[in-house]
Amino acid sequence: MSETAPLLQLDGVNTHIGPYHILQGVELMVPRGGLTMLLGRNGAGKTTTLRTIMGLWHASAGRVRFDGAEITAWATPDIARAGIAYVPENMGIFADLTVRENLLLAARAGDIDEGRLRWVFGLFPALKKFWSLPAGFLSGGQKQMLSIARAVIEPRKLFLIDEPTKGLAPAIIMNMIAAFRELKQTAATILLVEQNFMFAKSLGDTVAVMDNGRVVHSGSMAELAEDRDLQHRLLGLSLDSHQ
Amino acid sequence: MTDIDAGELAKSRHYDWAPLLLLPLLAIAALPLIGSLSTWATLTAAGLAMGMIIFIIASGLTLVFGLMDVLNFGHGAFISVGAYVAAILLVPLSGLLQADSLALNILALLALIALAMVATGLLGWAFERVIIMPVYGQHLKQILVTVGGMIVAQQLIIVLWGPVQLSFPLPTAFRGAIVLGDVAIERYRVIAVVVGFLVFAGMLLVLNRTKIGLLIRAGVENREMVEALGYHIRRLFVGVFVAGSTLAGLGGVMWALYREELTPGMGMEVLVLVFIVVIIGGLGSIGGCFLGSLLVAVTANYAGFLAPKVALGSNILLMVLILLWRSRGLYPVANR
Repeated sequence: MSETAPLLQLDGVNTHIGPYHILQGVELMVPRGGLTMLLGRNGAGKTTTLRTIMGLWHASAGRVRFDGAEITAWATPDIARAGIAYVPENMGIFADLTVRENLLLAARAGDIDEGRLRWVFGLFPALKKFWSLPAGFLSGGQKQMLSIARAVIEPRKLFLIDEPTKGLAPAIIMNMIAAFRELKQTAATILLVEQNFMFAKSLGDTVAVMDNGRVVHSGSMAELAEDRDLQHRLLGLSLDSHQ
Repeated sequence: MTDIDAGELAKSRHYDWAPLLLLPLLAIAALPLIGSLSTWATLTAAGLAMGMIIFIIASGLTLVFGLMDVLNFGHGAFISVGAYVAAILLVPLSGLLQADSLALNILALLALIALAMVATGLLGWAFERVIIMPVYGQHLKQILVTVGGMIVAQQLIIVLWGPVQLSFPLPTAFRGAIVLGDVAIERYRVIAVVVGFLVFAGMLLVLNRTKIGLLIRAGVENREMVEALGYHIRRLFVGVFVAGSTLAGLGGVMWALYREELTPGMGMEVLVLVFIVVIIGGLGSIGGCFLGSLLVAVTANYAGFLAPKVALGSNILLMVLILLWRSRGLYPVANR
């Protein structure tokens, strides 16, 4: 597999949920080793795109290719085992399991690697403090940290992360930005859905913008951050209102 | 204090002890109503023994409910089939069962139980493949087909063994009572309590100390996320379903020994209590199931003595009161 080929590629992906036609021909490329932001208004199809990649909803047409293999019809566990970690919008924390057990479950190799755990504690110190506490007792921000820690507790090829800043206080968002910056240092490939444009601007290398179930723009994040007309047209916002 | 110690302390502070007080409170409240200490002790011991057997039967059902959201009314078939299949060995092993040797009695009983568990395990596997699998996610159809499956199993028992009540005698060493002052407790009830505790301890050990157990507990909360972490929950479910069926088979043998008789409808009769237990315990909760089983059985025994005419409704009343207090059961599983 060529190192220049995109790690993840969606070609003409359509997804139906019941009678609703949500994704209507999504074309998306996620290059290796960077952070791609998936932006768009509410209802544009961002979450559905991530869930379709993970096989939680199957594409009714089109192809999903990951690391050289077509995974369109694969079962979710097989997609995860191919090297994709997923952090859902609702975090998917097992509230009755302790922080330790949540992480242990994500460590498919068996025990948690000590070095990796120290690195995770460095990213999110609160998790060490509440190590033996059921995850249901954590605050919203701590749950989000646990959800991301669970995804990164073992090395994966691709991280799909859905709105990690949703409902979080600004101070915790700053912590998140620092954590993602450190994750980027590991040359991880990340596809991140986000509504917070400042967050997206500070982290994104490349960007794709969705509207009505399609990708309507893709390019570099820096380019979009500098083009206020484009932001206004694609997202209905300007950076001024977020600064 | 280290950070991790702080976490342990916080956990202990958050443990929900209130439901555990219900059983002693119920027992204490019943004592003055019953009047006689020896009668009260006998009823309580009988209730605990019956509760343990109900727990063995119900524990598999609550995991199936919790893990895959399947309403399996066919669970009663495993109880009956387990007991009837075990009865096949009653005549060939009668010498061992009626011998004046505890060791020989236990050996024979273990053979009966092993046969019952193998048979119900295989039946459970086939039941899941043929009856349950086509109706995942469709509750109404699940009720219809699993009730249908249980009726078919019941009729097959009638065809093979006849409709009449059969005797299922206790092994010689299990008969009689242990007398402590004025209190006489039947030996078999003590054995049932011990077996129930062993099953409960075994389940807690598997659920809390193994990766499989961790996956089951996680799957009860959020199936989709378990799959997204790379685990095939479908395979896990088949395993849990078969394990639940084998436990129902064990429970069937123990229930038959408790009553010392077999009837084709015995599974259906006890299933009502089992569903009450699963509901008041909290769907998918093993701890809740254990406590619920004891509460249901002890209540039934006290009510049967104090007011036989309302005994049948006593468990419905218990369920209503508990659901008014905690609408999702005594120990609800998060996210359900």
